[in-house]
Amino acid sequence: MVRMKVLLRNPRRELEIEGRRNVNALLAELGMQRESHLVIRNGTLVPGDAELAADDVVEIRPVISGGC
Amino acid sequence: MVAVGSKCRVCKAPAVIDLPRHNAHFCPEHFLELCRRQVVKAIDKFDMLSKDDRILVAVSGGKDSLAVWDLLVDLGYQADGLYIGLGIGDYSETSAEYARAFAVERGLHLVEVKLREDYGYDVPTAAKATKRVPCSACGISKRHLFDKAAIDGGYTVLVTGHNLDDEAAVLFGNTLRWDVEYLARQLPVLPARNGFPKKVKPLIRLTEREMAAWCIVRGIDYVVDECPMAEGNKHLAYKAALNAIEQESPGSKAAFYLNFLDNMAPLLAGRSAAATDGLNACSSCGSPTTGDMCAFCRLGEKASAHEPVPVEVLLGKRRGRR
Repeated sequence: MVRMKVLLRNPRRELEIEGRRNVNALLAELGMQRESHLVIRNGTLVPGDAELAADDVVEIRPVISGGC
Repeated sequence: MVAVGSKCRVCKAPAVIDLPRHNAHFCPEHFLELCRRQVVKAIDKFDMLSKDDRILVAVSGGKDSLAVWDLLVDLGYQADGLYIGLGIGDYSETSAEYARAFAVERGLHLVEVKLREDYGYDVPTAAKATKRVPCSACGISKRHLFDKAAIDGGYTVLVTGHNLDDEAAVLFGNTLRWDVEYLARQLPVLPARNGFPKKVKPLIRLTEREMAAWCIVRGIDYVVDECPMAEGNKHLAYKAALNAIEQESPGSKAAFYLNFLDNMAPLLAGRSAAATDGLNACSSCGSPTTGDMCAFCRLGEKASAHEPVPVEVLLGKRRGRR
């Protein structure tokens, strides 16, 4: 079965997830705040209601910086 | 299979981003237009910049500073960049590469200052030598060198990439302590005075998420990894708290900070001691300071006399303490 590849950052790591879901559902499942992340599907930015398929390559990019 | 998603509020093309605080989705073109409009609004409202200004943008290689540089050039301003090599191991090397690549690809001028080569120390060593948290040693160094580069280079304005999240987090911290002195100083424009350059923050109406999206849509590569020394930084906790509120009540961050500027900041005008205190010339470098020697020279004196401390060693010790 094809599993969705999900790249996470800070630290960099990769997950494989089964089944379809939309961006908001994926973030909620991983306990990530919507306001603190962007999701890039196959190289393109996508909104929260975008559907993610099993053969998609997904990057969840954190957007919060600690520098001041 | 083609995924079905939301449409742009303006043109009904497929959206790439949802912005709950605007209750809207946007396509790439209209998202960029929204960002430009927000920057123009901030610049105009607070009289930040004119097209005649010689602008120096403090650039870290991260999303906000590269986005603000890109936005200003895109809007027709003359802006050079300033990168400060802080000596934070591989992180600083990688950050510098992003800043240089951005400048080279667009034919822009990047000024570089290197703490270790030019001043004999780096941030990890300064943190160790002065027993300060790294962000404090970093902040003192950057603020001084930003001011110096702007004055020495004949720039009329120094621009930083502080965004709405940064400002809301600082405001949150200052409010938790009811620190009137700092609250009175938390303005998006600091006028030039007594040897300090004018400093402005054109991104105060845009969030970190919007700035990261600006970079992705515009094809700007930036350093995504977090500074290894920021771990445990209080601002990260404040930002997480504000984002939890934002998720429940979109628009809260903007209301918190922008309404502070409209409603509270005028009541605090004149409460900042820095606006009225007499300043002396630093006995070492001549920069304006309230004491005999400025904080940067005091830090540099201690740090440059200390044996270099690699960032990995400092991080190992910090983590080991927990």
